[in-house]
Amino acid sequence: MTSAALSTVQLAPGQAAWRRFRRHRLALAGAVTILVLVLGSAFGPYLLPFDDTYIDIMKRFAPPLSGGHILGTDELGRDVLARLMMGARVSLSIGFVAMVIAMAVGIAVGAFAGFYGGVVGAVLMRLVDAVLCFPTIFLLLALAALIEPGFITTTVLIAATAWMWVARVVEAQVRSLREREFAVAALAFGSSNLRIMFRELVPNAVAPIVVAATLNVAKSILLESYLSYLGYGIQPPAASLGNMLNNAQIYLTSAPWLAIAPGLAITLAVTSFNFLGDGLRDALDPRMNIP
Amino acid sequence: MARYVANRLAQAVMLLVIVSAIGFAILHLAPGGPLSQFAASAQMTQEDLDRVTRQLGLDRPLPIQYLDWFGRMLRGDWGRSYRDGEAVLSVISSHLGATLELMATATIIAVLLGCWIGVLGALRRYSIFDTLATVGAMIALSIPTFWFGLVTIYVFSVKLGWLPAGNRQTVGDGSLLDLLHHLIAPALVLALVETAMWGRFMRSSMLEVINQDYIRTARAKGMPEWRILTVHALRNALLPMITVAGLQFPTLLGGALVAETVFTWPGMGRLFLDSIGYRDYPVVMGILMFSAMMVLIGSLLADILYAVVDPRIRVG
Repeated sequence: MTSAALSTVQLAPGQAAWRRFRRHRLALAGAVTILVLVLGSAFGPYLLPFDDTYIDIMKRFAPPLSGGHILGTDELGRDVLARLMMGARVSLSIGFVAMVIAMAVGIAVGAFAGFYGGVVGAVLMRLVDAVLCFPTIFLLLALAALIEPGFITTTVLIAATAWMWVARVVEAQVRSLREREFAVAALAFGSSNLRIMFRELVPNAVAPIVVAATLNVAKSILLESYLSYLGYGIQPPAASLGNMLNNAQIYLTSAPWLAIAPGLAITLAVTSFNFLGDGLRDALDPRMNIP
Repeated sequence: MARYVANRLAQAVMLLVIVSAIGFAILHLAPGGPLSQFAASAQMTQEDLDRVTRQLGLDRPLPIQYLDWFGRMLRGDWGRSYRDGEAVLSVISSHLGATLELMATATIIAVLLGCWIGVLGALRRYSIFDTLATVGAMIALSIPTFWFGLVTIYVFSVKLGWLPAGNRQTVGDGSLLDLLHHLIAPALVLALVETAMWGRFMRSSMLEVINQDYIRTARAKGMPEWRILTVHALRNALLPMITVAGLQFPTLLGGALVAETVFTWPGMGRLFLDSIGYRDYPVVMGILMFSAMMVLIGSLLADILYAVVDPRIRVG
């Protein structure tokens, strides 16, 4: 019996959460911005007369708003807006896919460690601690340097350096939920361990998992930009928000617009996901307090 | 206390073993391997490759290689750079000073500014200042450090011409003023994310403290407000910041790598990137292990220090 059922004036948990979320205006703005970015990068390229990889040497470094190029052209005469849209497509996809992989690994490790505890739990969580000792960018670069760069490897590597936080969150949740009545009841019913873990315990930890997933997308987009900027992520001629900034430093004096648009796009996307995650945390679990 | 420290120390040693195993696995199990640099050279015959493999001991079973490598690491023999044959530890230590200089400066800026913003935000909760600081911190955490560096260079070096666009000093000029002049931009860029983190942690720590009973008691006694804030609230709110310092360390190191790249700062981060470019695995591996060990020792020190200043920790 939950407290919501006892008291008649109390709102259903979902309704209360929605109310708290709506109050968080920045989170709403973040959600809207994400929608715009996703739609823009999905359909935008079809509306433009320029292809993102079309090279036009005669029109190198065209400044913004000239010759039909809204954001100008880059060092090979490619349209910056077209590249920005395709780049956002790649960066957002990596953000989402890396998040899904990191969540899957993190939830699995966290659930096993939290449920079984003891030696299994200790070993798994020490592994988490050990991976967390490596500064993310160092680990990411060392791994990326050894492997052929590309969309899939970049995504997997980012996930490989991001699952540990999820595992920590899920482990703590599962460990405390394991002792609750419904879990004990499921055990008494004769449910298998796997069933209890993934059908009873993990679904009850959905609030922190959703928050972690949202913040994870933000982090993944940011990491992709670092990796591609340093030349070990998405490789040209394909565009990503990070690799568009790859050459921008050389042309900073002559063509500053090359640096401005992609950087703003990354900041906008990451900020939006961070605000959304913040709002979700306030809405779903007001007691959770991770700054 | 001694028991707590011993316990924590044992944990750290165990972590070090796992960390080194992970590092070793990364180096050896990845495609490419430690010999890809030699294999790519046209002058190397298969015979030469076999000889180098034997010379470097790469034909032995992996667990033996790991034990050998770990043992030598503990003795301070971290191998030699493929590039110039210099010992890895001496290559790292020749670049460490520049990195520490950058990190220390950024940390001082971040701690002072972040704590001030956090305390003020907590005392005037939901004020315009607090809202701006909270939103600003979130944006600061979302800006890619390298891009912020590019913008800084564009504004302060290209447009205004106030600051140098990179490097640690002007060639031929090693004066303190010149060094500081070069330090400003990279340190501020690195400090941005750190300031945001410190501000957020400080704000929540301060909020927690000012709602405690002993603050109400102090107020009820008629103690002046400034004294309540400085002596009672601030001192207690600063305690958890020791843990934050430990937690922040990996981020700080990673940020330093990025700032060093943008500002061509001759530190460990740049060395790491250069070494990756050259496939100089001993150095790459050395820096990876070195940074992980710095993080390990940093969190160990933070925990011990926290136990020293806050006796409640030792019991639990």
